[in-house]
Amino acid sequence: MTIQIQQNDEQHQNLSIVIGKKILEVQDLHVTFQTYGGEVHAVRGVTFDLHEGETLAIVGESGCGKSVTSNAIMGLISQPPGKISNGRIFFKGKDLTKLDKKAARKIQGVDISMIFQDPMTALNPTLTIGEQLTDGLRTHRSISKAEADKKAIEMLNLVGISNPRERLKQYPHQFSGGMRQRIVIAIALICDPILLIADEPTTALDVTIQAQILELFEEIQIKTGVSIILITHDLGVVAKIADRIAVMYAGKIIEIGTKREIFYTPTHPYTKGLLNSVPRLDLAEEELEPIEGTPPDLFAPPKGCAFAARCPYVMEVCDYVQPGTTYLTTSHYTDCWLQDERAKGLFND
Amino acid sequence: MVNYVIKRFFMMIGTVLIIATLTFFLMHAIPGSPLDSDRTTNPTIQANLEKFYKLDQPLSSQYISYLKSIVTFDFGPSIKKPNESVNSLIGRGFPISFELGMVTILVAVISGVVLGTLAALRHNGVIDYLAMTFAVIGISLPNFILATLLIRIFAGELGWFPAATWQSPMHMVLPTLALATGPMAVIARLTRASMLEVLTQDYIKMAKAKGLTPWKIIVRYALRNAMMPVVTIMGTMLAGILTGTFVIEKIFAIPGMGKYFVESINNRDYPVIMGTTVFYSAFLVFMLFLVDIVYGVLDPRIKLHQKEGDPS
Repeated sequence: MTIQIQQNDEQHQNLSIVIGKKILEVQDLHVTFQTYGGEVHAVRGVTFDLHEGETLAIVGESGCGKSVTSNAIMGLISQPPGKISNGRIFFKGKDLTKLDKKAARKIQGVDISMIFQDPMTALNPTLTIGEQLTDGLRTHRSISKAEADKKAIEMLNLVGISNPRERLKQYPHQFSGGMRQRIVIAIALICDPILLIADEPTTALDVTIQAQILELFEEIQIKTGVSIILITHDLGVVAKIADRIAVMYAGKIIEIGTKREIFYTPTHPYTKGLLNSVPRLDLAEEELEPIEGTPPDLFAPPKGCAFAARCPYVMEVCDYVQPGTTYLTTSHYTDCWLQDERAKGLFND
Repeated sequence: MVNYVIKRFFMMIGTVLIIATLTFFLMHAIPGSPLDSDRTTNPTIQANLEKFYKLDQPLSSQYISYLKSIVTFDFGPSIKKPNESVNSLIGRGFPISFELGMVTILVAVISGVVLGTLAALRHNGVIDYLAMTFAVIGISLPNFILATLLIRIFAGELGWFPAATWQSPMHMVLPTLALATGPMAVIARLTRASMLEVLTQDYIKMAKAKGLTPWKIIVRYALRNAMMPVVTIMGTMLAGILTGTFVIEKIFAIPGMGKYFVESINNRDYPVIMGTTVFYSAFLVFMLFLVDIVYGVLDPRIKLHQKEGDPS
């Protein structure tokens, strides 16, 4: 395992997007869920890393395992029914999968925090905003209520909520959706996290509010230098704030690269399909191309490439053997048989 | 808030008046009169007695003097116990019934909520199955059957607790248990269901993501929200416990209000029936009002008063 870490380090040394040192390393993560219908393999070997101050977007359609991956990092996989069956999650050198609950709470909650999808349900309706902002802070640090309130006001200012002092005494139902998402973000930031996981932070908001929230993310990242993992299926959001993009399909990352590489030189047929299914202003005439078919059943994951059944370039090998990882550049790699030497020249497009 | 209380106060008066009126006419619709069993007495004495209790007057004027007695809260003397006024009956019996009722509610709510929460936290585990089996038994077993069983086992065979009367805390154990088991079972089931739902909410996940301690998550985040349905049924449950006290008081020979209430109906003791009914309904209506206030305190989304221009 140590050899692999070194390899990854070498690969990233000459990356233009590398801002700081590596803070998170997910290695071969597998998450399964026990259900009445059998075992669901929600995440089947995810490997990626993240650097200080970087924004990594994980994209993919519903049920591809992106939220499960983020929940695993956050320690939110409840066992049973869920289980991290394999793999490791290193955060600042510590393996989060091996920590006991108490030690994990000190990291997952302070150094790593999370923003949830729906601000209408993420806040406790029976507690004031002030209480919800400060209870995490007061659990992890021994500070007085006055100090905690001061910090809470500071946070509300940061996320752009006016009259923060009065607002602390109000309840979630007294805020609009966009305001609530700002509060959720403030709660996530109050312990000065190093890593922020945002699970579809704009999905439940209307478009104008979405833009504001995205701008807020950029602003916060400049001010605090926090690293962000952005889980989304919205490629527009990705284009706006991501540095790197990981494309997930059926519990695996099938392509990962810088924003430029993914948008301009997508390699995996699924990534291409995903980009083709997004409306574009500059190509008004063209019809949108959906990806035909449905994702595979994760009760019984396919033996070969999970995308084979939907892939327009499918070859015989795809059905039987899982593709290995091909490094296209130091930052851009994909799991696809088309990149194999033997497949070169079969398709010209 | 003040407006709301005033509004509710008038509604409460209206409710009590309706109950009082219904009771009055239903009571007089029952054949027989309070003096029936004393038929052997001299007709003149009978007529004098009827005159004294205003039973010779037409129903309408009786109704009016009855309303007067409600307003002044003076129901006059009992017909069967002429040396005792209804007010003193209530004054003597109510504190005991109140004590029994309150202890019962306390026991039912605390044990029900704890049991339901444990069951929810250990969903589909051994504790869950045990708690829910116990709850089904509690709901199915009427309190008068339970009462006799308890007396037989714990007072008769084991001799741990006294079988009847109301003197020391030891005397309270069996009647309270008999009365509290049903409501406790209902609360336990409701808490469990409500808790299971709340535990899947995003704000619980968010509380976990904040790294709060499990205790804090359960008490401040889950339980408080899960209590809403429990508070809602508290109103009707209070009524159930009140009527339950009638039976339980009878079984355990507790000198509470229930005893007088049941006796008064058998005896057609009009002033006592009216007095106790009005008192009970006023008490119940007031408790329902308290439940509504508690509801508003627990859940800030429920506004008891609608101010102009409030953001909703």
